[in-house]
Amino acid sequence: MTDQTPALRLEGIVKTFPGVRALDGVSFAVMPGEVHALMGENGAGKSTLMKVLGGIHQPNEGQIFIAEEPTVMTSPIEAKSKGVVFIHQELSLADELTVAENIFLGELPRKSFGRVDWKTLYDQTNAILKTLNVGFDARTRVGDLSIANQQMVEIARALTVDPRAVIFDEPTASLTDAEKVVLFEVIADLQSRGVGVIYISHRMEEIFKITDRISVLRDGQYRGTLNTAETNEEEVTQLMIGRTLDLSRSESTHQMGDVALEVRNLSCGDLFEDVSFTVRKGEVVGFYGLVGAGRTEIAETLFGLRDPSSGTIMLDGEEVRINSPADAIKRGISLVPEDRKAQGLILGMNCRDNMTLPQVDDMTAGPFVSDGAEVAIFDQYRDKLDIRTPGWRQLVGNLSGGNQQKIVIGKWLSMHPEVLIVDEPTRGIDVGSKSEIHNLIRELAAQGYAVIVISSEMPEVLHVSDRIVAMFNGRVMREFTAEEVTEDSLIQAISGLETDKVA
Amino acid sequence: MAELTKKGVAGFLARQGILVAFVVFMIVFAIANPRFIDIDNIFGVIRSSAILGVMALGVTFVVIGGNLDLSVGSMMSFSTIVVLDLHDKIGPTLGIPVMFAMTMALGAFIGFLVGYLKLNSLIVTLGMLSAIHGLTLTYSGGKNMDIADKEGTWFGIFGQGSIAGVPVPIIMFALLAIVLSIILSRTPFGRKVYAVGGNGIAATFSGIPRARIVFMTYLMSSFCVATAGLIQASRSLGSQNTVGQGMELEVLAAVILGGASLLGGAGTIFKTVIGVLILGFIQNGLLLMGLAFYAQYVVTWIIIILAVWLDIAAKRGRLWSPIA
Repeated sequence: MTDQTPALRLEGIVKTFPGVRALDGVSFAVMPGEVHALMGENGAGKSTLMKVLGGIHQPNEGQIFIAEEPTVMTSPIEAKSKGVVFIHQELSLADELTVAENIFLGELPRKSFGRVDWKTLYDQTNAILKTLNVGFDARTRVGDLSIANQQMVEIARALTVDPRAVIFDEPTASLTDAEKVVLFEVIADLQSRGVGVIYISHRMEEIFKITDRISVLRDGQYRGTLNTAETNEEEVTQLMIGRTLDLSRSESTHQMGDVALEVRNLSCGDLFEDVSFTVRKGEVVGFYGLVGAGRTEIAETLFGLRDPSSGTIMLDGEEVRINSPADAIKRGISLVPEDRKAQGLILGMNCRDNMTLPQVDDMTAGPFVSDGAEVAIFDQYRDKLDIRTPGWRQLVGNLSGGNQQKIVIGKWLSMHPEVLIVDEPTRGIDVGSKSEIHNLIRELAAQGYAVIVISSEMPEVLHVSDRIVAMFNGRVMREFTAEEVTEDSLIQAISGLETDKVA
Repeated sequence: MAELTKKGVAGFLARQGILVAFVVFMIVFAIANPRFIDIDNIFGVIRSSAILGVMALGVTFVVIGGNLDLSVGSMMSFSTIVVLDLHDKIGPTLGIPVMFAMTMALGAFIGFLVGYLKLNSLIVTLGMLSAIHGLTLTYSGGKNMDIADKEGTWFGIFGQGSIAGVPVPIIMFALLAIVLSIILSRTPFGRKVYAVGGNGIAATFSGIPRARIVFMTYLMSSFCVATAGLIQASRSLGSQNTVGQGMELEVLAAVILGGASLLGGAGTIFKTVIGVLILGFIQNGLLLMGLAFYAQYVVTWIIIILAVWLDIAAKRGRLWSPIA
């Protein structure tokens, strides 16, 4: 990597929006054959920087260089033609088209009279797929592929040009561990071909596993670049948020109460089977397992979104039937759902209205919604959860991920539930907000809430739980107490390797 | 400071683009023909817009709830024909509530299909457009409907009467607009309509009965259609059985012109009223400028598309954008 010209270099990029300086003099360079992590809390300016690179935003000041050539980007297509390719977190593929059509969308090889040259199309596609070592071919319908394989299609699309720089935006957000391994191989392959890779992620383990250098943004400013081999998580975190974080397991310091929720032999079709567990007041029970293990489906059943095929649910020792979310809410069960943008929030609605939505029927003076009552609730939970927003009129869609998640949590806390289910509480959230949310979960337990935390991140489950339920393929494999659990035994249980199921 | 003011102006334009367009249209037409801002002319325009307006109020609820209603035109024909027929058969006092019940039964049926069975609203209401038309023709035996004794009935009051110099259709439109505006902006039900249209899944996850809310929006829409039918029938005391034909598009145009999002979750009654008035005044202005009646269709729709484009451009901050 010595005395080469950078594949991509940014110098003094400034981008302002009305009232905000989103990027404030950002400079960094990606060398050919380097994997360069770009890190920062949500709202630090990563997305804006990427939009500037992709020509969606024009910088107010500063310059982009490709191989030291000053370049102006005006659109993602132009960026691609100049060898800068994006692999987005949200996939942008047409489900109904084949892999080949997706990869060459807009630039299908042609024969005379504009007819598509299918043979060339499939041959070229298969040649690219071969370099990626994937198990599907050019004629496969994209909608039939797994998310991980769809991502491979995105990557294949990037490879139709000879890329100088490939930018991965949170590529592992919805991948399983096995799929991640494949992705990392592809990245290593790009690296060996001399492509500069920018890797955006919140996940420290990955960053330290695959990157060469780490550049950090904070509040739109460039905070520095570290050599991955010479630094550690603490230093990076400190650079990102300006302080250090404690990620060790927090001990319970309070007494637990009676059993709040008891589930017996609950089954739902082929989603999950014979699931039994209890949650006591003041206890945090973590559900850990792979994507598809049935954890979210259990939560949705408890919240009245799915009908169980058999089994019983008991609240405070009394058997209940929960037919709808309204039922669940009435009985004191709240669910902070997995996908906050799709399920948790109405992005075009303001902060206050989102927060009071489940109880808007009770926020009335006469037949009308009472502004005062609503604002009071909002103010209370804004202060309690330290939600950073200019005011309650702000549309939720304009907030950062962490603050959005706090609005969802505030929405359900203000209902004073007995059982709070939190599904993937910190997905896509920056480290700072993450630890705040973890502390909050512990604090809620201390206040006597019965809490269920569903998470795909092992450190998170280990950090917040008093007990951990390990699931595999729709079944509870084993239950651990916080004292006895080890990473190894947990991994064994969720991969279905361990068979001694605890009743 | 100068920059701040500029931002303020741009922000105002972005928020109130359609209101600004409305004022600009009015000024241009007023300069072209001073008779345009004559008080009689203005009352005339509002009165003739009232039927469209009343229907647009109801459709606003449906659209904010995330659905479409293309059945309102033929449903209005139905209401008009039914109330005229019942007027002679069972008298207006009984005929009016029966007509409302019949029309709202149609609305309930659509609401059931779209809300509870979760069928696509475009398909359902497009189908109902034809089905209700057929129903009207069957009911009337294909004939136009007239009240026999036009002199001896008080039924004309809704379409022709006036209170303190203000025509009754305008009063009904205004009253309904105020009441529905309060329902939409101030009640829990209104909030839920926005929530369901803004993100139906998130609304469900918040315990809101999505199906029931959608059902209710269609019921309200059919109530407004019945009111429009009442005004229409009362205005001429007789009617063709195709009187509402094509109005569904004008209604939708007024609602969208007002700024309600076709994707749901956004819009207000006030803005819809502005949309209705723009539509009415454009047509009237073109007429006063001496444009041939048929050419009006072309020009009206060009202006509508232009206005919507300017509104979106103001929100985006530029006239053209590669992404939405």
